[in-house]
Amino acid sequence: MSRPFKEVLNSGEFVITSEIGPPKGTNIDKMLHHIEILKDTVHGMNVTDNQSSVMRLSSVAVCHIIKDHGGEPILQMTCRDRNRMALQSDLLSAYVLGVRNVLCLTGDHISLGDHKGSKQVFDLDSVQLIAAVRNLEQGQDLGGNKLDGGVEFCVGATATPEADNMDSQLLKFRKKIKVGAEFFQTQAVYDMDMLKKFMEHAQQSNTKVLAGILVLVSAGMAKYLNANVAGVTVPQELIDEMAGAEKGKALQKGMEIAARQIKQIKEENICPGVHIMAIGKEEIVPEILQMAGV
Amino acid sequence: MIVAEQKPIQEIKGMMADYQKVLIVGCGTCVTVCMAGGEKEVGIIASCLRMALQIDGKKPELMEDCIQRQCEWEFVDTLKDKVDGVDAILSSACGVGVQALAERFPNKPVYPALNTTFMGMPKEHGLWIENCRGCGNCGLGRFGGICPIARCSKGLLNGPCGGSQNGKCEVSKEMDCGWQLIYGRLKTLNQLDQLEEILLPKDWSTDRDKGQRKMFRGDVYYEQTV
Ligand code: SF4
Ligand code: SF4
Repeated sequence: MSRPFKEVLNSGEFVITSEIGPPKGTNIDKMLHHIEILKDTVHGMNVTDNQSSVMRLSSVAVCHIIKDHGGEPILQMTCRDRNRMALQSDLLSAYVLGVRNVLCLTGDHISLGDHKGSKQVFDLDSVQLIAAVRNLEQGQDLGGNKLDGGVEFCVGATATPEADNMDSQLLKFRKKIKVGAEFFQTQAVYDMDMLKKFMEHAQQSNTKVLAGILVLVSAGMAKYLNANVAGVTVPQELIDEMAGAEKGKALQKGMEIAARQIKQIKEENICPGVHIMAIGKEEIVPEILQMAGV
Repeated sequence: MIVAEQKPIQEIKGMMADYQKVLIVGCGTCVTVCMAGGEKEVGIIASCLRMALQIDGKKPELMEDCIQRQCEWEFVDTLKDKVDGVDAILSSACGVGVQALAERFPNKPVYPALNTTFMGMPKEHGLWIENCRGCGNCGLGRFGGICPIARCSKGLLNGPCGGSQNGKCEVSKEMDCGWQLIYGRLKTLNQLDQLEEILLPKDWSTDRDKGQRKMFRGDVYYEQTV
């Protein structure tokens, strides 16, 4: 049985989280396999919420499944698909299903996904969602009504250390802390100097920032990230390193890079932990951790 | 102003196919300025529609008119005689104008020739941008005069999302990030501190979410006798 995530977060140990992407459909075999691999390897498993605006099995349901399998789920909640009523209702649902951690995000724009003609919501933003969780903990909802039985969550949020608009991103970062974010998981970072710079700001507040490690699988992926994903910059040396990998060994190279960075983050004490994203290849996570020596 | 654009002629043709005598009515205000449904455009729509229907062997009688504002009874009422003689009306006003005609002429079918797109302005000649959503509780004073509801693609109130890059929105590299504009302007004004305030969830009841909105002012109200 895994320990409560909050306990790990406050233990001073190097924190490791990873990610489970719910399937599009009801076949959960592969996902269960990943859950089995990760549950004893990481301290928390984020469950993405219709990630990239692509409709999938719900994050609440998958968190429950993780719980049933003895893992520690972190429920991701975006503001895109639900108004404040549905968000609060799902928070209550998650709580009664045993979920104790929630990561509050804005969510990608609807036009980036597979239901482009859908109506997006954004009734709340991520700051207001964090505040809404804290409000539920006070025993009331956003309508000011009393709850019969409250909730208690370890609440996280996201940050983008490589953003080019760092000033305005930090504005939001400060607000998230102010309304009660206990930890952050960052967007993928590849440039350790930029991460250190971001952490100089972050360390002024007493929050725990887990650095986002997105495993590269090819040089093409690195270029794609640079061209299309806001706030992610893969330095040229890493692209070259990926491109120089022997044929059929690109993934291995990506794992080495990830392990090297995790090691550096831990040894230089840049961040108190990492959040590893392997996007559908979760079976590689234990090996990366082994290579990193954590 | 209200910005609109003409519907494809095939769509207009589809709506008009069953009518012989049609009055096409333009509006001389917003849609004239945005070059979508004024007097000149009524002429163009009429010619295109005539040709399109003639291809199908039809010989419609299309009459043209344009009034100063389709959203005021005073102007709408001047159409009465012409309307009496036709089978249907094609309005090239915004949706407000189309509905005004529908209400004033209960026995005549009314159709829209335009798609009403948004409230905005011409930023450059031939380029219009949306900048107000009519939320009913204007917060522009907090945001340096730049609306996050209309100009941030997610309508965020407490700062930018992680998708903002190079001043552009994650939705498109051609779209400005509304939050970068807000931040930049308040920085110029030396008023960045005003963004530190945590804004609570917006009360959308002044928006569309209480049903159709009405505004009543007793000081200027008098009962219409018509
Ligand atoms: S805050 Fe509301 S009223 Fe003001 S510009 Fe934005 S949408 Fe329009
Ligand atoms: S990129 Fe900017 S405009 Fe686009 S949704 Fe995010 S904050 Fe709003």
